[in-house]
Amino acid sequence: MTVRHALLAAAILALIAVPYAITEQYYVNIASQILLYAVFALGLNILVGYGGLVSLGHAGLSGVASYAAAYLLAAGHGHVVAIAGALAAGLVTTAGFAALSLRASGISFIMITLALGEIIWGLAYRWISITNGDNGISVATRPAPFGLSLASADGFYDATLIVFLIAVAACAIFVHSPFGAALAGTRDQPRRMNALGFHVWLIRFWAFMFSGLLSAVAGILFVYYNEFISPQALALTASAEGLLMVISGGAGTLLGPVVGAALVVIVKNVVSAYIARWNFLLGAIFVLIVVFMPEGLVPGTVRLFRVAWRSARRPKPATAAAAATPAGEPKP
Amino acid sequence: MFRRVTFRKLSRRTVLAGTAAGAAAALARFPAPAIAQAAPFKLGLLTVKTGPLAQGGIQMEQGVLTYLKEKNYTLGGRKVDFVSADTGGNPAGAKTKAQELVERDKVDVILGPLAAFELYAINEYVQQQKMPTLSLAAADNLTQRTPNPFLLRASATSSQAMHPMGHYAATELKLKRVVCIVEDFAFGYEQMGGFQAAFQKDGGCVTKKLWPPIVTPDYTPYIAQISDCDGVCQGFAGSNPLRFMKQYASAGLKYPVVTGETGGDDALLKSFGDEALGLVSCCPYTLDNPIEANQRFVNDIMKNYNVIPGFYAAGLYVNCQVVDAGLKAAGGDASDKTKFMAALKSVSLADTPRGPIKFDHLNNVIGTFYVRRIVKEGAKYGLKLWNKTIKTYDNVSQFWVWPEQEYLAHPVYSRDYPPLGKC
Repeated sequence: MTVRHALLAAAILALIAVPYAITEQYYVNIASQILLYAVFALGLNILVGYGGLVSLGHAGLSGVASYAAAYLLAAGHGHVVAIAGALAAGLVTTAGFAALSLRASGISFIMITLALGEIIWGLAYRWISITNGDNGISVATRPAPFGLSLASADGFYDATLIVFLIAVAACAIFVHSPFGAALAGTRDQPRRMNALGFHVWLIRFWAFMFSGLLSAVAGILFVYYNEFISPQALALTASAEGLLMVISGGAGTLLGPVVGAALVVIVKNVVSAYIARWNFLLGAIFVLIVVFMPEGLVPGTVRLFRVAWRSARRPKPATAAAAATPAGEPKP
Repeated sequence: MFRRVTFRKLSRRTVLAGTAAGAAAALARFPAPAIAQAAPFKLGLLTVKTGPLAQGGIQMEQGVLTYLKEKNYTLGGRKVDFVSADTGGNPAGAKTKAQELVERDKVDVILGPLAAFELYAINEYVQQQKMPTLSLAAADNLTQRTPNPFLLRASATSSQAMHPMGHYAATELKLKRVVCIVEDFAFGYEQMGGFQAAFQKDGGCVTKKLWPPIVTPDYTPYIAQISDCDGVCQGFAGSNPLRFMKQYASAGLKYPVVTGETGGDDALLKSFGDEALGLVSCCPYTLDNPIEANQRFVNDIMKNYNVIPGFYAAGLYVNCQVVDAGLKAAGGDASDKTKFMAALKSVSLADTPRGPIKFDHLNNVIGTFYVRRIVKEGAKYGLKLWNKTIKTYDNVSQFWVWPEQEYLAHPVYSRDYPPLGKC
C-alpha cells in the first residue's frame, strides 16, 4: 500500500505542478482539456467497465448539462444557478436515459443509448429558439468561486484539477464499495445476482445516475472551457470518442480512462499540428492497442511490466545471492 | 529482512516514478519562440483538412500558399512564417486550434475558419485576444447585428450573393414562383432568406421552402415536393450540389435552377455532368473573369497544385492580398493589434481575382458579384462545362438595396424569416 500511496502523491504533485512547469498557456489549456475529458471518460467507465453496459449516448448527457448552463447564463442567471440547473438537467435526462435503455442489455442497450443520444443531438440542432441551432450559444464569462478568477488558463486548470481529483476519488470509493462490487456482479453474473436477491435493474439504474452525474460535471467544465456550445459536441462522434478513451486506456480500471483521455486529446490537438493525417495515426494507435494490449493501455502496461519484472529477477537467484530473495513475492 | 526488501523496492519505484515525472515535465516544456525586432510576420490559417469539409479547406490552404509563393513569402515588406492548423471541422477543435495559433505560435493574424459554427466558437476569443481574423465563414450577424470589431470578411455574408440572385431571377429570368431547397442549417436559412427578400421585392414569390438534412443519401422525397412553380433555388454546399443536381435531373424536372456561391462553385465544374447545364449561380468570384489579376491567380494555382480553383481558394488568396496591403499601410508593424486592424479594414484593392473590393464600417466586403450560367461553350483548362458570366453587379454591399438602418431593424434571416407570403 505504501508504494501506491507514494505513487499517488507523486502523481498529484505532478498534476499540481503542471501550470508551474509549463510556461506556455497553450499546453496548460491542453492539460485542462485532458482532465475534463478524463472526468467524462471516468463517468462512462462506470457503466462500460464496471457495469458492462456500453453506452453510445453519453455525449448527449454532458451536452444537456452544457446547454442548460449556457442557456441559463444567456438568460442572465448567475453561475451558481447555471451550474445547479445544469446538474439537475443532466440528472433528469440521465434518469430518462436509464429508464428507457435499461429495459435492454447488450447490443439493444447500445442501440437505445445511441438513439437517445441522437434525439438529444436533434433537439439541440432543431430547437432553435432554445439552442440557437448550429450557431450555438456563447458563454461570456467563467465563474470566479471565492473570488478566484478562472478566466486565465492556470486558474481554469486548477479548478478542473480539483474537480478531476474529486471525480477520481468518488469513482474509487464507488467501485470499492459494496455497491460497486454488486455492480460488477451484475456485469459478470446478472442472473445469479438476481437469484441472490439483488435488484439488478436498480443497481444498474443508480450506476447510470452516477455515470450521468460525472458526464454532467464534464459537460459543465466543457462549456466553461470552450465558452461555447453547439450541436457538434453532442454528436455520435463525441460519444464514440469517449468510448474510445475508455477502451484504449482500459475499461474497468480507475486510471485507464484518464490515460485514454490524455491519448486522444494529445493526438487530436497537439500531434495534429505536426502530422496532417492525424486521424490515421489515432486509428493506427487503436489498432496497435487492440492487437497488443486488448485489455487497454493501463492493464496492458502493468502486465508487460510484471512480466519484465519477473524475468529480470528470475535469473538472479540461480546465479548468486539466492538467500537474499524472499520466497513469497509481495504483490504490488 | 522482509522489511528491508520492501523498502528497497519502494525506493526504486519511487525513484523511477520521480524520474518519469521529471522527464515528462522537461518534455512538456517546449521552447518559447523568441520575438525579435526583425522577426518574421506570422500568418496563421485555421482550415479543415480532415472530414467532410476538407475539400474546401484544402483549397483554402492552396489559395494562401499560391499568394505566398507569388510574393516569395513576403507580405508588406516582411518575411512570412506560415502556420496552418486543422480544426477537424468542429467548434471545439476550432477553439483549441485558435488557441494554438495565438498562444503557442504567436501569430499576427488569423485567416479562416471555414464554417460559421467554427467562427462562432472562436468569436469571443478573438475579441478578447484582439486578434485580427479574416474569415471565409458567412454568418451574417457577425458583421451585422452583433459585429465583431476584429473580424474582417473579404468574401461575403451568406445572403450577400443571394440578393443579386433574387433580383436577377425576378427581373431577367422573369421567374414568378420559386421553390427553395437548401440544407437545414444557419448558412442555408440565411441564403434562402436573402434570396426570398430580394426576389419578393422585385415581384417574385417563394411558394415553398424545403430543408433536407445536411447528410442525406437521397433527396428524392424532397424533390418530389417541388411542384406548382416555374423555378427552383438551391443553396447546397460542399459536394451536395452534385448529388442534388443529378437526382433533380433524373426525377425529370425541367424548371430552371438558380443558386449561390457554393451551389455552383467553379471547383465543382469538373465533377458536374450535363445535368448541371443551365444552372445559374451568383458568386463573389468567377473563374471566367478575364482580368489580369484573375488570370495570374488561376495560372499560378493550376501550376502549383493542378486544381481548378473555386470560391474557397480565391477567397483566401484575396484575404492574403488584404493582409499584404494592410501590413504595408501599417508600415510593416503588426504589434499594435488595434492599429493593425484599423489598417486592414481601410484597405481598398483594385486588382484582386474577384475585382475591386473595399469594406463597410461593419467590416464586411463591398464588391462585385457575378451571375453565371453553366454552358459547354468556351470551357477552358480541360473542363467540359464552364460558368459563363452573364451579368455583373458592382459595389454590392451586405445590405443590397436597402438602407442599413432598415435592413438591421429586421431579425437575421432564419428558418421562419422572412415568412412565406400568400401568392
